[in-house]
Amino acid sequence: MSKDQLMDYQKALGAYEVVIGLEVHVELNTKTKMFCGCANVFGDEPNTNVCPNCLGFPGAMPAVNGKAIENSIKIGLALDCEIAETGRFSRKNYFYPDLAKNFQTSQYDEPIAFEGSIDIEVPSGKVFTVQIERAHMEEDAGKLTHVGGSTGRIQGAEFSLVDFNRAGVPLVEIVTKPIYGAGDEAPELAAAYVRSIREIVKNLGVSDARMERGNVRCDANVSIRPKGQEKLGTRTETKNVNSLRSIERAVKYEIQRQAHLLSQGTAIIQETRHWHEDRGATSSGRPKSDADDYRYFPEPDLVPVQPSKEWIEQLRATLPEKPAIRRKRLQDLWGFSDLEFRDVVNSDLLDEIDDTVNAGAKPQAARKWWTGELARIANSEDKDIAELSITPTQVAQIAELVESGKLTDRLAREVLTGVLAGEGDPAEIVAKRGLEVVSDDGALLAAIDKVLAEQPDVLAKIREGKLQAAGAVIGAVMKAMAGSADAARVRELVIQRANEL
Amino acid sequence: MSLVNKSASELAAMLGSKEISSVELTQAHLENIDKLNPKINSFITVTHELALSQAKGVDELRAKGEKLSALAGVPIAVKDNLTTIGIETTAGSKILKGWVPPYDATVVRKILSNRMPILGKTNLDEFAMGSSTENSAYGPSLNPWDLTRTPGGSGGGSSSAVASMQAPLAIGSDTGGSIRFPASVTGTVGVKPTYGAVSRYGLIALGSSLDQIGPVTRNVMDAAMLQDAIAGHDDMDATSLPESLGSMTEAAKNDSVKGLKIGIIKELTGEGFQAGVSERFQEALDLLVAAGAEIVEVSCPSFQYAIAAYYLIQPAEASSNLARFDSVRFGLRVMPEGPATVEKVMAATREAGFGPEVKRRIILGTYALSSGYYDAYYGSAQKVRTLIQADLAKAFEKADVLVSPTAPTTAFKLGEKQEDPLAMYLNDIATIPANLAGIPGMSLPVGLAKEDNLPVGAQFLAPARQDARLYRVGAVLEKLLENKWSMRMLDLAPELKVN
Repeated sequence: MSKDQLMDYQKALGAYEVVIGLEVHVELNTKTKMFCGCANVFGDEPNTNVCPNCLGFPGAMPAVNGKAIENSIKIGLALDCEIAETGRFSRKNYFYPDLAKNFQTSQYDEPIAFEGSIDIEVPSGKVFTVQIERAHMEEDAGKLTHVGGSTGRIQGAEFSLVDFNRAGVPLVEIVTKPIYGAGDEAPELAAAYVRSIREIVKNLGVSDARMERGNVRCDANVSIRPKGQEKLGTRTETKNVNSLRSIERAVKYEIQRQAHLLSQGTAIIQETRHWHEDRGATSSGRPKSDADDYRYFPEPDLVPVQPSKEWIEQLRATLPEKPAIRRKRLQDLWGFSDLEFRDVVNSDLLDEIDDTVNAGAKPQAARKWWTGELARIANSEDKDIAELSITPTQVAQIAELVESGKLTDRLAREVLTGVLAGEGDPAEIVAKRGLEVVSDDGALLAAIDKVLAEQPDVLAKIREGKLQAAGAVIGAVMKAMAGSADAARVRELVIQRANEL
Repeated sequence: MSLVNKSASELAAMLGSKEISSVELTQAHLENIDKLNPKINSFITVTHELALSQAKGVDELRAKGEKLSALAGVPIAVKDNLTTIGIETTAGSKILKGWVPPYDATVVRKILSNRMPILGKTNLDEFAMGSSTENSAYGPSLNPWDLTRTPGGSGGGSSSAVASMQAPLAIGSDTGGSIRFPASVTGTVGVKPTYGAVSRYGLIALGSSLDQIGPVTRNVMDAAMLQDAIAGHDDMDATSLPESLGSMTEAAKNDSVKGLKIGIIKELTGEGFQAGVSERFQEALDLLVAAGAEIVEVSCPSFQYAIAAYYLIQPAEASSNLARFDSVRFGLRVMPEGPATVEKVMAATREAGFGPEVKRRIILGTYALSSGYYDAYYGSAQKVRTLIQADLAKAFEKADVLVSPTAPTTAFKLGEKQEDPLAMYLNDIATIPANLAGIPGMSLPVGLAKEDNLPVGAQFLAPARQDARLYRVGAVLEKLLENKWSMRMLDLAPELKVN
């Protein structure tokens, strides 16, 4: 594959203005699918959660999942959208083997929610207001697996398998209006926006919001135009960029790629592009024109959705606080410095720390564990921190054990390793591995007496008040206790004992 | 009179009094099918064993004294565009040949829960696209009144089966007249209920906003009993009506039309209608007037656009509904020549599996929905639909029911209109408005046309949800006609000479 030439990022930003637009698909976590009673579960055996409806069999008919509508309205409200008095489903017609009916049931000209906005803070602390054009409901397609090629892509594959478990899973697609003026912060803004959407849908409880499972997927539209030019540049749509880091990188890549092309006098092709995390590059997908003809028409098998004003107000009353307000509240509550708090937000650990604090940990301890040891482990294992098999409650339990003096930091890290290895809850691991700090003075005193007896010269020095000599004794005692003693307590006892003997 | 000549309501009474058994009755119909179907081709599939085992089941329940539904034990034929567990369901298309659905249509479920043995699946124009059954991939059905003629379509399998005593009852589906036109040309009763009165779940969709399932029978009471058996809200069909429309069986017991206002639709009389059709139609009106009904004339000027609008909306919906026939999950799969891609397999399958009329409508519908044409075609057609609804609303301010001949002519000859799709489409001029407006319609036999001695049908229309009005007026007119002829219409049918 030919390698794209890229213009230096700062140089690109000097010459061109960046316009981005983001489409985020949120998979709802309803128990059943959008239009049938099949279970909406991730990871089951292929084609086990299917029925005549989501397989598109002749004669099957859709029935709308009321919970999906409720959740969609909540998302719309959380994004300060208007909620449609009447929302209609349409058919988006195109042939593709993952699309059981060869049309997707989607909202087209009457989305459930429209005209919203959300404030997004980027790492520099600057706040952008992103306008939301619409949030509409649609069904997901099945999942294709291409077999026999080296890339897993359809090109070069021998055959393809299709799993319809995902077909008909409810999605809400949130579409922004074009975002102007983000300048060199456009990539960060894109990532921060998706982070906020993810935070919102997670806090609403309407989605599992796990990007690595495709619960939240982002398509990033990027175009650039020479500074001062009014006409918008040709855009590309980079599909399914599935981590926050990738979004940032993909947007940046597209800016640099397009800038290079334009500087060479080459036109940008309007197309979809695929992001390759391994190569850190996008590649050409299929050409996309505004004239793509999906032959939309109102879905005659469904009646319009008409949420009552009362219902909408009831749902509005259940909304959790907005991300910006929540952040302000949490920072005040936890007493983090601006730097500490931004670090937490940018590491995407707000929810984890909030949950850990709610499970009983002190805020600083929770922050330290997540941004420190756990981030380090995730990084070294090349994982998303959310993928680590530890719960905020378990982190809080470890923090509590340290706080009460039952574990030293070193022992706590060992317990953490045990939890991540799936050995159980912290308390069980402490018991199983015998990691608890020895707080029984009797055992300590016996060890101290033994060491002092073996080292009379040191004993003499301590008695003379040369307390630094105690270090050797403390070290030996800690060694004898296999590390499971609190060093400060040992020191106290050594001095006390030396003077008693 | 042999068992098979009796009406379903008579048979139900005989079963109830244990005068006959369902096995005996079902067997008699199966024998008639074995005799006539090779000639008339009413059925694509005959389910001998299944029907007899269901009949045996209901007889056993009756013997145990279980409370059974009104039509329990009366056998029935089902149009082959309704899905049936374990029974091949083709929709008259090659693309579904051999396909055995894993689920029952809601109507089929209701038939089974009413303990009505299923005799088989009846022939139809491919995907119900047509007015003659000549578009069936399984050959045309013939009209028992004249074997050189069509029994109408798309439901010619059901109408010919009922008219020739192969089944006392049948299920049809009506998108633009597919129940009512076949009823009209075979001397049977066909009812298209209000849109949403009967669940469409499991009906292989043609035009989803137009399709409605309904009864095909030999008299009004039978139709009423069958509509009562299959109607009702269904959670599986979002467009099904939430409320019950009341008992049609009760309505069919009506014996008076005194004071009933009957509106003659000006646009659906006179020019373009066969003389013998108009004559019988007028006689029927005269009988109703003599019985105390009042005739008023109403005008529905937008009806002139009905066919044009229908042939945009229905193909548009069909083009999308039929997209799923792509060989990936079920049905025919045809491998292309040369290296196969999924697109090529889909194309080769659809090329081989669909007949010419289906392809014509897919192309029409795809065009009508295309960007740049949508407003002019699909959009305008929807506006016509609104105008037709408005015309009808106004007409129903003046009249309780509206009336017209069901079709401009009696049964036409096989092949007569096959090369002229427009002439075929015009056949549905009187039936299409009811589908566009979602209102109920009934076709009732009113005699034989003088020039060809073939059945003529009159169509009654009522406002949405007022299906009962059709049964009230239909029952009275049927009685008036039978008194006049001193016999039933179908008794006039020639004895079928079958080799």
